[in-house]
Amino acid sequence: MGLQSCININKEWDIVGARQMGRDIAKKIGFGTVDQARIATAISELARNIYLYAETGQICFEVIDTINQKGISMIAVDSGPGIRDISQVMEDGYSTSGGLGAGLPGVKRLMDEFDIKSEEGKGTEVRSIKYVR
Amino acid sequence: MRIPILKLHNYLLISIQTEIDDNTAIQFQEDLLSKIHQSGSSGVVIDLTSVEIIDSFIAKVLGDVVTMSDLMGAKVVLTGIQPAVAMTLIDLGIHLKNVPTALDLEQGLIKLHQELGE
Repeated sequence: MGLQSCININKEWDIVGARQMGRDIAKKIGFGTVDQARIATAISELARNIYLYAETGQICFEVIDTINQKGISMIAVDSGPGIRDISQVMEDGYSTSGGLGAGLPGVKRLMDEFDIKSEEGKGTEVRSIKYVR
Repeated sequence: MRIPILKLHNYLLISIQTEIDDNTAIQFQEDLLSKIHQSGSSGVVIDLTSVEIIDSFIAKVLGDVVTMSDLMGAKVVLTGIQPAVAMTLIDLGIHLKNVPTALDLEQGLIKLHQELGE
């Protein structure tokens, strides 16, 4: 694991800031344009969830650089209301905010590894990884 | 930030050149509908050649603006969606099925001509 950089999410424009930061890191690691777009889109979804449901939170990026694998690891953390039923939010089309309900299931498909932990009243943590192919 | 909307005869042309944040997208939706109302345009082309990412929110705003314009009587065609954007939209599970699209601005204008029977 390499250098970690984090960005705070507390205003709408931070969604754009976060995906630009993630895209820049992805580019440096050596991801192609399609994967750069996938990573930036995933960040956008995660950052919007933080802004929409928790108001504030943080996304941290870490560069994975081992002999076998190169990639990017992202951790999105907030101390918002949390999610009662994770299986429900992982269903396509489920949304409590009038959105498309594509966010979290979309992130899972955009990335290679995906893990979500949430506790009601405590917050949510989403970890995901994309590897360079 | 406002996205400029150009009028060309009875069409409106929009080329989105900047990174779109949520507010800009919503503002654009409002601006486009009032411009259609004001100008009485029958067709709209929104060119997305320079757009590098479309997430679920922007996709919803774009899909909605097509439906809204349709309700008002104007046809909207989206053009120039990049390969990477098309691939990420499908990963997100967004198919924009009822949205007319074309390869580029030129094809978009041809499509409008055909759809409007002009």
